[in-house]
Amino acid sequence: MASSYFSKSKALIMQNLKSRKFLTLGFVNRTSSVTTSQFPPHLIKTISFPPLPARNYESSSRINSSIAFARCFASVSGGRGAHTATSVSDDVDQFCTESPSQEVDFPGGKVKFTPKLTFTSKTIEERVPCYRVLNENGDLIIDSDSVEISKELAVKMYTDMVTLQVMDTIFYEAQRQGRISFYLTAIGEEAINIASAAALNINDFVFPQYREAGVLLWRGFTLQEFANQLFGNKYDYGKGRQMPIHYGSKKLNYITVASTVATQVPHAVGAAYSMKMEKKDSCTVTYFGDGGSSTGDFHAALNFAAVMEAPVIFFCRNNGWAISTPVRDQFRSDGIVVKGNAYGVPSIRVDGNDVLAVYSAVHQARKMAIQEQTPVLIEALTYRAGHHSTSDDSTKYRSLDEIEWWRGDQNPVKRFRKFIENKGWWSEEAESEHRSNIRKQLSQAIQAAERVEKPSIGDLFSDVYDASPKNLREQESFLRKNIEKHARDYPTDVPL
Amino acid sequence: MASIFQGVGAATALSSSTSFDTKKFQLSSRRSLSERKPSFVVVRSSAAKKDSGSSRTGGRADHLVTNAVATKSENPAASTASKPGHELLLFEALREGLEEEMERDARVCVMGEDVGHYGGSYKVTKGLAEKYGDLRVLDTPIAENSFTGMGIGAAMTGLRPIIEGMNMGFLLLAFNQISNNCGMLHYTSGGQFKIPVVIRGPGGVGRQLGAEHSQRLESYFQSIPGIQMVACSTPYNAKGLMKAAIRSDNPVILFEHVLLYNLKERIPDEEYVLSLEEAEMVRPGEHVTILTYSRMRYHVMQAAKTLVNKGYDPEVIDIRSLKPFDLYTIGNSIKKTHRVLIVEECMRTGGIGASLTAAITENFHDYLDAPIVCLSSQDVPTPYAGTLEEWTVVQPPQIVAAVEQLCR
Repeated sequence: MASSYFSKSKALIMQNLKSRKFLTLGFVNRTSSVTTSQFPPHLIKTISFPPLPARNYESSSRINSSIAFARCFASVSGGRGAHTATSVSDDVDQFCTESPSQEVDFPGGKVKFTPKLTFTSKTIEERVPCYRVLNENGDLIIDSDSVEISKELAVKMYTDMVTLQVMDTIFYEAQRQGRISFYLTAIGEEAINIASAAALNINDFVFPQYREAGVLLWRGFTLQEFANQLFGNKYDYGKGRQMPIHYGSKKLNYITVASTVATQVPHAVGAAYSMKMEKKDSCTVTYFGDGGSSTGDFHAALNFAAVMEAPVIFFCRNNGWAISTPVRDQFRSDGIVVKGNAYGVPSIRVDGNDVLAVYSAVHQARKMAIQEQTPVLIEALTYRAGHHSTSDDSTKYRSLDEIEWWRGDQNPVKRFRKFIENKGWWSEEAESEHRSNIRKQLSQAIQAAERVEKPSIGDLFSDVYDASPKNLREQESFLRKNIEKHARDYPTDVPL
Repeated sequence: MASIFQGVGAATALSSSTSFDTKKFQLSSRRSLSERKPSFVVVRSSAAKKDSGSSRTGGRADHLVTNAVATKSENPAASTASKPGHELLLFEALREGLEEEMERDARVCVMGEDVGHYGGSYKVTKGLAEKYGDLRVLDTPIAENSFTGMGIGAAMTGLRPIIEGMNMGFLLLAFNQISNNCGMLHYTSGGQFKIPVVIRGPGGVGRQLGAEHSQRLESYFQSIPGIQMVACSTPYNAKGLMKAAIRSDNPVILFEHVLLYNLKERIPDEEYVLSLEEAEMVRPGEHVTILTYSRMRYHVMQAAKTLVNKGYDPEVIDIRSLKPFDLYTIGNSIKKTHRVLIVEECMRTGGIGASLTAAITENFHDYLDAPIVCLSSQDVPTPYAGTLEEWTVVQPPQIVAAVEQLCR
């Protein structure tokens, strides 16, 4: 590579370092014995760099040099902490009391040696337990950790879950009737959608995959706004440019859905980084499925977030299926929760069909993320009770019985309903009233959205850049001339 | 293109290293191998310095500089210490522009591999981490797709990141994020979220860096809607384009060249920002329009010296803006000279030259007296062996021969 790699800049950097507490990853000089060497920290990425005087360092004359403290400059505001997940605690200054030959400082930290030639196990002895608050009957299990919620909050969560369910059913039907081109439901994942949204703040940016319309619903997106996007009419905030269910709302801090799988996960880390730099009292949340956890973006994003100590909540909706691929064909680890562990990210597994469990977990995760400036991973176990989308018929690869079972009492809406009914906060009348109310609103919204005209031709060319460049203006005028020439072939509901 | 080969016997200076029809290739290869001129160094030649110096005047008071016009044959002795401004190398000019923008706007940040503590593998970000902290100049793990994605996410929520690819070729790993998200999200969100990122890095054929580190990514990226591409070639335009790219609300890809980082030039002390969509007139002329960018500019200027001695008057334009093309400047030139030669480093197939040829043919066909000639690299991976590598890149003798052929 270019000669600049080996320039004298490293000496310059050493002089400029102001922090007292940094110790850098360094190549350990393995020729000298571990016990007697007094080498000060080296900078990585240099070759045979001579030892520098130890004036700037917390010099214990020992092995501190190669402990993996994160390098950081004291002058940084909003910088990163000096400790990484792998760093040994402060009492490393002392040599360990065991005989020295049992531990060596490799880059990355001290490691104990073992004479046993054993590999870690392939099979999972015991799976990570799953946090749950309500049982199938909606009763509280013996629980002291969950967050207390008020009647108002509980009822709002429940009604929004019902709205989501009804909305999904009716829009799905609309697609079947040919009124919209595509739809994707969140049936079976209502608790994940609503409870996680409820535990967040409006300032927390959401980076969704595509099965999180409920989060938008909770934040205040109206049924009419949903319908406008599905019909791609001129009131759609996306100006008719995306497929149905690719919602996005700047005012509700919900980033527009992109069809690419898990590309939003690194976006969320970047946004969290931006919040960390600006010291905001908010975090970012990103959702993805079990399938999304196989992508490269997921792994690198988790890794980055851990290294950068970014305040991001990774929410994995492990619903058992990635279109037709069951989780056994997706990964062989114990789900996704252990992957967070592997990257040094605090993780938890929760019952995704339990509203209170999801709410409590996200509530706690948010606190951790912001106060401790750490990423958090939540794996919510659930079941995709609907088809992948309107382009899918899941009975082709799974049994109807299985689907029906999950739509039964395991259904998160039913479970939570039992809870609030036991508390006396809900009733059958309220249920039927709410459902018929939503159905009416939905049919009005659909009819209204259907009648609104589509975005104009100009919207085909705008927003590609901030200002329209010459070639696009030319292309637009060419198109318009064509339309004039062949006016009879041009659709009547697309304005010019 | 056929007109070049009418006098194959005469055109011995045409080495076989440029990309022609295979039939002609075989014909000319034997002969031109033996008559090939020895290689020369482009980067530090005084000719380069002089020519880049001729492209701007000193003591500019304006902040926005458009279309820097070259004055012919500027005496190099005149560009001495008495001129205002300060001298620096191209990578320092990039750093100066970057630092000024980071100072000006606290939302500007840098992320990439080894940009922080190490100062960047080409030292463009040297010293910035000490000054602004290692969060604002962020060292990332090795996952180009993901840190590009991170930059996009940060941009959507208010920052203005500069994403550095250690080598442009590595950004092939980031293609998904650049094409599907960076270029698209402003459009698909209905204009709700903007992505003001700058993606930059060194590319092009270096000195024996091997095939994987000699990629010309401008070929691959040019089709992505929603992004802009610019290529810098002198310290002056490097700083100006860097600043303009950072201030732009569109995603901009800034192409630097591995071999141009140590170019020295005197640049103004005052602040200036160049336009992202304008080409640079390097040398006005009458006989032929030579369009080029990045390192090939220097090969063209080297050839121009020879051409002037032979009595030709080439007009040399550094197109700088690779997407969109500055067809205004280019068109005016073509209307004057009626002949076009494109000299690029991209492969023949699907490169910038190919697109430029199409654009010129579409728009200025009536003004052309001869078919457009495009000199590019061959459609081969760049070999490691120095001699072979040199043959993949267009050399000044070929440019001279092409102009002679064109101006018959």
